[in-house]
This record gives sequence, structure tokens and C-alpha cells, in this order.
Amino acid sequence: MLGEGILKGLAETARNFFGSYFSAERLTTVEYPEQRIAPFEAARVFPFLVYDGADWQAGLRCVSCQICEKECPPKCIYIEKSKDKKPDALGKPQFYPARFEIDISVCMSCQICVEVCPFESIKMNTEFELSTSDRFGGLLLDREKLARSNQYYHQIHPTEAAAVDARLAADKARADAKAVSAAAAAVAKAASAAAATAGEGA
Amino acid sequence: MNQPHSYSSTVTERPEGWNRPAPIESRGERELLEVAMGPHHPSTHGVFRMDLALDGERVVRLKPEFGYLHRNHEKIAEGISYLASMPYTDRLDYTCSMTNNWAYALAVEKLTGQEVPERAEYLRVILGELTRVQNHLSAIGFLIQDMGASGTPLMYAFRQREKILDLFEGLTGARMMVNYMRFGGCRVDASPAWLDEARKVVAGLPAFVDEFEALLRSNEILMARTQGVGVLRPELAVNAGVTGPMLRASGVNYDIRKVDHYGIYDRFNFRVPLGDHGDVYDRFMIRLLEARESIKILEAALKDIPVGPVIDPKAKIRGLRPKPGEAYGRIEAPKGELGFYLISDGGPNPYRYRVRPPSLINLTILEDMCLGHDVADVVLIFGSVDIVLGEVDR
Repeated sequence: MLGEGILKGLAETARNFFGSYFSAERLTTVEYPEQRIAPFEAARVFPFLVYDGADWQAGLRCVSCQICEKECPPKCIYIEKSKDKKPDALGKPQFYPARFEIDISVCMSCQICVEVCPFESIKMNTEFELSTSDRFGGLLLDREKLARSNQYYHQIHPTEAAAVDARLAADKARADAKAVSAAAAAVAKAASAAAATAGEGA
Repeated sequence: MNQPHSYSSTVTERPEGWNRPAPIESRGERELLEVAMGPHHPSTHGVFRMDLALDGERVVRLKPEFGYLHRNHEKIAEGISYLASMPYTDRLDYTCSMTNNWAYALAVEKLTGQEVPERAEYLRVILGELTRVQNHLSAIGFLIQDMGASGTPLMYAFRQREKILDLFEGLTGARMMVNYMRFGGCRVDASPAWLDEARKVVAGLPAFVDEFEALLRSNEILMARTQGVGVLRPELAVNAGVTGPMLRASGVNYDIRKVDHYGIYDRFNFRVPLGDHGDVYDRFMIRLLEARESIKILEAALKDIPVGPVIDPKAKIRGLRPKPGEAYGRIEAPKGELGFYLISDGGPNPYRYRVRPPSLINLTILEDMCLGHDVADVVLIFGSVDIVLGEVDR
């Protein structure tokens, strides 16, 4: 019968229309500004810099090795290395970024900077409501705007942050053990040298 | 002695109608009407322009014009590292970024001779087939939208596509610009919770495809508009290098998953649906049938995915410098054969980087399919090619 297919299709449409009142399967949208779906844990928007402790300037993990600046495909990162050095979490004196800027109007959220960072210092944020009336200054994020605490990182990516913390703790333990053994070796060396000079003296 | 300039006082004689536009090209006794369709036409799937010459309603000439979205993809890739090109491949066919990643990763793996762990191969198949399902469903939605059924089928397709994109976001962090595959594996591992979620989505897909088919397949308007329209003969399709569902709708049995055995596709049992007529209706049906076959692959792959690493531990992410040589990696992307041709001179960036985009090559026969049809059918035939301008223009 002509029109049978159309009626069949209309029945499908009716089932979806009335079904949307009862089944969540058929009504998948939410009223956005009032209702919100929590972002996925893996979600990524724009990068931020992680710092440990309370003071962002003292605890910034970045040592300005400039790998992310070099690897960034659209070249949206600008880093200026400091002249002096500050001790990092492992107690080693390191450079720090005197300037660290990300132009988020250029950034394409590919997270290659996160992948190549050897210091677990740059991570992806999940904030997405970033509209601003200042097209140039408002989208050029400097160190202060980029710095977020490790607690914030734990809050937005709990699993990933826990793994990162474990890795950093292991690194620190290894460095500490190395420092202890190095100190012990130095003491032993000094003692043997002293014994040798004592032997020579005798 | 200087003579004063003389000015003619007579008015130049001009032919009748000199200030009107030149007469448009005529053929025989009838005037042809030239119509510029696009680039901002709702049916052009982006920025694409067609110059049509019409004899009444019939198309007598069609000239596709593209390049509005040209971004210099290949040249940019020749200036940056191998890794940095990966996020740019997402932007080729932006609805199927997983398969773009896969084809590029495959080409680089061929160049360097890297092995991919088994779990990563399974993940690639799962994500590639999910991409195919969502691409085919939304392609059908867009085709019906071009036909005039505003909204309903497209929104149903998008509702289902959103579930697949949620899976992508849960795994990779982005819905569309996934940047997921790496040379020698994948970037992150899928958690058991993610795999359960994927199984749930895949279990819901057959019911949705049934519903979608019931909505459309026997619709008399759709049949009247699509059957016998835009017929592509198999000889022309083969000669023009058309691939993908377009080629198979014309009855040519050619699927790179079956021909090349790339990845682990020879472990899965699936059929290659073929069309008889090569018209728009066949292309629409082939996409539905392929989506069903993909669901079969997905069910099998999600059942036997092994545990293990997802990336070769020796794989070099940063500072990759392949030995001098060349490689061509190709896969069966949802739109056809997607290939990446790379030449390495031993440096950190490719010497030559070339994309073989299925959309562009499938588009070259648009005029042959449209000649003799009405303007309204041109929109439909164009929609049945299923192109993405990001890939056509690169």
C-alpha cells in the first residue's frame, strides 16, 4: 500500500516523541546553564602549571626546560628562562620560568605538552567556560593565571594525579637514597683518606 | 606651434543594450542558466561551491570548486616533528579523527618497522569501528536532511553518535579532536569501566539501527527520490579511483580491511555488503549494512580484548628520526581508502608528507553522476558522496 512506509516511520517518530517523556535513553539533553553534566575525568581543555605547597611562585614544578615550547604543534607556548636557580622538590638547584605564557586563542588542546613534560609540571585543565571580552590580553595566560595547586589537580583528575604523585615520590625516594649513599661514600672516602694520611704520618 | 586639443562633439554610437550584462552562454535555441551553489549553501557540508549550468531544471554542466578550507596541512607537516602532525590529522576528516590517527600511525610504523602490542591493536579496531558506525549513521542523517526531512533522522543519528563520542571523551579527553594513537600503540589504556561502558553502548546499537531503518527504509518519498538517481557505473568508479561505500554500492567488492589485512582484521568474521544499482538508495543502504557489520566486529573485539601494554615500551614518542626511506600506510576509513605517504630523509620531520583523502577522490565524479538530473537531485547526490571539506581541502 502506498504510504505504508511513511506511516511506519511516523510510528517510530511518535514512539521517540512520547518515549522522551519516560525514558532517559530517548531524552539525552540537559538544560545547560541550569543543569550541568560533570566533565569526564580524562577531559582536556587548556593546559595549566602545577605547583606544590602553598606559594605558587616557590612551588612551581616547571624548570623551564622548554621541551613543551619546542614540541607544541601550533607554537602557543612562550618561555623565558630565569637567570638564577632555585632548589626544586628533589633539592637540586634548577632554573625556573621567569616568563611562561600560553596563548589559548592559538592552543588546540592536543596535550602534547603534557605528554612530553619530564617534570609532571604541565597538565590539562577541565574548565571550559572561558569567554572573555578582552580578545588579546584575556586569552594570553601568564604564570600567575596558569599556576594551579596540586590539590586542584587531584580534584579534577584524581586517578592520574595519584599515579603522578606516586611516581614523583618514588623519584624522591630514589634521589634521597642516592644522596644518603653518596654522603656515606663521601664519609667513607674521607675516613680512608684520613687513615691513609695518618698511615703516612706514622 | 601648439594646436589646441580638439574635442569631438558627436556622441559615440553604441549598440542596443550595451549597458546590460553580456548574454549568458546559450546552447542551441535554449538559454542555459548558470547557478552558483554554495559556498554557504546549507547542503554543501561546509564550504564547497558548485557552478551549475542548467537547461530548465536539468543539469548540463557541473564544476566543483573547492579550496576554501585549505590549511596547508601537508606543508605544515613537513616542517614539524612526526609527533606534532598527529593532532593535525584529527582535523582532516573531523568526524572520524580516530581513523585518521590510525592511518598516520600505520604509515609511520611502516617507516620505522615498529610493532604494535595486541591490546593496542584491539583498541584500534574498537575505536575505528565505533568511528565507522557513528560516521555512517550521521552520513545517512545528513543525506535525509538534504532531501528535506529537516531534523528528525539527523537528530536521532546524532543522539546515538553522542554516546559514541562520550566514549571517545572518556578515553581520550576529547569528543572529536582525539589525538589518541601513537607510533607503536595508543596513548592511554582503556580502563575496565570504560570497556564495560563501551559494551553497553555497542549492545544498544543494533536496536537503534533497526529503529533507524524502520524510520527510513520503506519510506515511499525516500525511495522515489533516491532510486535510480545518481547512478555510478562500476567501470567509472574503478577508473576514477573511488573507494569506500561509494565503490561498494556500485557492486565492486573492494574493502581494504579484507584486501590488506592491516591490523588484526583477519581475526574477525564480517561480510562486505555490495550494492546492485550504484544509485543514491544503494549508497544509503550500504552504509546501514556496513554499520551492522561493524557492530558484529565490535562485539567480537570487545569480547576477546586481551590484557597487556597498549604501547611498545621501546617506542619513541619525542624526537623520532626514522631511517631514510618511504612508506605508504592505508586503511579503510569510513569514507574510503585513507592513505598517508611519507618519505624520510633521516631528519626529525618528514621530507614529504602526502595524504590520499577519500573524500576528494570520491568527489571527482560528481559531474558524471549529476548530468541529466534535476537541481534538487544534485543536492542529494552530493550528500550521498559523504564528504568532509576538512579532508577535501586539507
